[in-house]
Amino acid sequence: MSTNKPFDFKDYVRGRYFPHMWCPGCGHGIVLGTLLRAIHEMELDKNEIVMTSGIGCSSRISGYVDFHSLHTIHGRALAFATGVKLSRPHLKAIVPMGDGDSLAIGGNHFIHAARRNIDITAIVMNNKIYGMTGGQFSPLSGPGKKATTAPYSTIDNQFDIVELAKAAGASFVARSTVFHAKEAKNILKKAIDHKGFSVVEIMSMCPTYYGRKNKEGGASQMMEGFKNFTAPIGSKKLDKEPNLIQRGIFVEDTERPEYCEAYDEIIETAMKGKA
Amino acid sequence: MTNTSNIRFIQGNEACVEGALYAGINFFAGYPITPSTEIAEHLAGRLPEIGGKFIQMEDEIASMAAIIGASLTGNKVMTATSGPGFSLKQEALGYACMAEIPCVIANVQRGGPSTGNPTHVSQGDVNQARWGTHGDHAIIALTASNHQDVFKMTVEAFNLAETYRTPVILLLDEVIGHMREKLVIPGQGEIPVVDRLRTSVPKGVDYHPYLPREDGRLPMSDFGGEHRYNVTGLFHDMWGFPNNDPKVVSELLRHLVDKIENNWENICMYKEHWLDDADYVLVSYGSSARSAKHIARNRRKRGVKIGVLELQTIWPFPAEIVREKCANAKAVLVVEMNMGQVVTQVKNAVDHPEKVFLANRIDGQLISPSDIKTILRMIQGKGV
Repeated sequence: MSTNKPFDFKDYVRGRYFPHMWCPGCGHGIVLGTLLRAIHEMELDKNEIVMTSGIGCSSRISGYVDFHSLHTIHGRALAFATGVKLSRPHLKAIVPMGDGDSLAIGGNHFIHAARRNIDITAIVMNNKIYGMTGGQFSPLSGPGKKATTAPYSTIDNQFDIVELAKAAGASFVARSTVFHAKEAKNILKKAIDHKGFSVVEIMSMCPTYYGRKNKEGGASQMMEGFKNFTAPIGSKKLDKEPNLIQRGIFVEDTERPEYCEAYDEIIETAMKGKA
Repeated sequence: MTNTSNIRFIQGNEACVEGALYAGINFFAGYPITPSTEIAEHLAGRLPEIGGKFIQMEDEIASMAAIIGASLTGNKVMTATSGPGFSLKQEALGYACMAEIPCVIANVQRGGPSTGNPTHVSQGDVNQARWGTHGDHAIIALTASNHQDVFKMTVEAFNLAETYRTPVILLLDEVIGHMREKLVIPGQGEIPVVDRLRTSVPKGVDYHPYLPREDGRLPMSDFGGEHRYNVTGLFHDMWGFPNNDPKVVSELLRHLVDKIENNWENICMYKEHWLDDADYVLVSYGSSARSAKHIARNRRKRGVKIGVLELQTIWPFPAEIVREKCANAKAVLVVEMNMGQVVTQVKNAVDHPEKVFLANRIDGQLISPSDIKTILRMIQGKGV
């Protein structure tokens, strides 16, 4: 579906907030642009979108956009969004998060939002590092990496966001990268449209800290990496090189009951009992 | 035959639920914890009956976060907790202070620190209610000593939260929460209920969520409504945009404190018993005030001029009221179940702090009238 009106970034952002605070070469701007294009193509009413975020570079997205925006505390965005969504189920709840925000301090809320299958779209912008505090390793960094808090090397294993979301019960699970912006846009459209808890991991880059510390080069080289080290699910490329990181939609389950709808049935039962 | 349909024989936690429903609660998020759990249990049944929402969250932090989200969409919200759970909620509580989001947090106090004494009474969270979250801020905390007052103070907690756009702490305790006694549910309109003040700014006109009106109140706009704005825990300007301009920062902090401290006369509620000619003033609150009233009544019969000042608002501390009511006292005895949290405030408030004494109990047992009598006799020079 595409709209008659061409996409104009300015229709969706708050000019007062710009310039943004992301470093040159940061992947997060691509996620923002991709997300806004997805919303534009879906012809969503701006008044019906609530963007809730926590703390970190990625979380600043909520302030930049001209929707209802709730910039909260570190790790808890999904819990705030649960209050918003359950109290007003007609609203579209979108929660942009970083890897540390969503899966370290916010890990508990992540798995429980997935378990409930509440209709929230969680976007994990995975750059494998804590950027805002200056380059500490995250639960997505993986072993053998350098960070300011791992001057010798990390020994911590990483999560696989897709596997974690699947196991926790998310009914829509997908992965893309900032190199594959069009693919990411189409995935985001499906995720936002999906009735249930959606997790979209978008691999993003932090050349300032992760790239520099781990000698992965600048933004363009890191982008190149997203192209080379990933492959779509079911692709020939993946057949040849099965160790590549898979991209695409892993779970799309429309049968599982959505939490707010299930609660509406509770209300119906309770009201009958009362009457 | 008299109509008794509005009379209940219930726990204090249930009286809190009745008060919340009377005040118009329509969203509750909580996590099981003794001795507050009955509040969640009863609202789980009652809220869906009126089309409201109840959710048991994954932890205490999430419960606090969820009610803030639901308040923003235009609901009257509450969470309930005790001891360790109250500690966990502090960061999000500070967020509600900073972002000025109305919400009620019931803390049914138990013994601490840490896991402490979960099934026994304490009043050890008075100072935590005041300073539990980091940074300068003001807070409102209310208490109650009987179920009729639990009901009323719960309604007041919702009213003050809406009036001042702030979190309000309902500082109950284990004895009040679990004790059963009579509650007469007031008729509609008997206790005024303050509704959400919503902006009259029409669609398409720039709405300033953080621009106070002349009377100091800040009209809200429901999330999901016609005005799209930003809410943040960062220092922010009148649009809700993050701003660290020194002037903006200091003005916002002063506003957050002044809107409550400057209105203490409207916020501070208390009860007085036999104070007119009292030589001895017992200052107390919560379940301790029951024993204080009992011993005062008992000693009055024996000719001792003694009265009770029962604090219903603990924060902002009613210093002026305490000073005035204790002005002519030979001695002031603060009755509480902690190491002396309110007594410090009372000493600061009165003209003669050397006449202020503490009658306390910290072993998980309700302070008894005879505990108070023992200290009173010592002050009177009569020995034990």
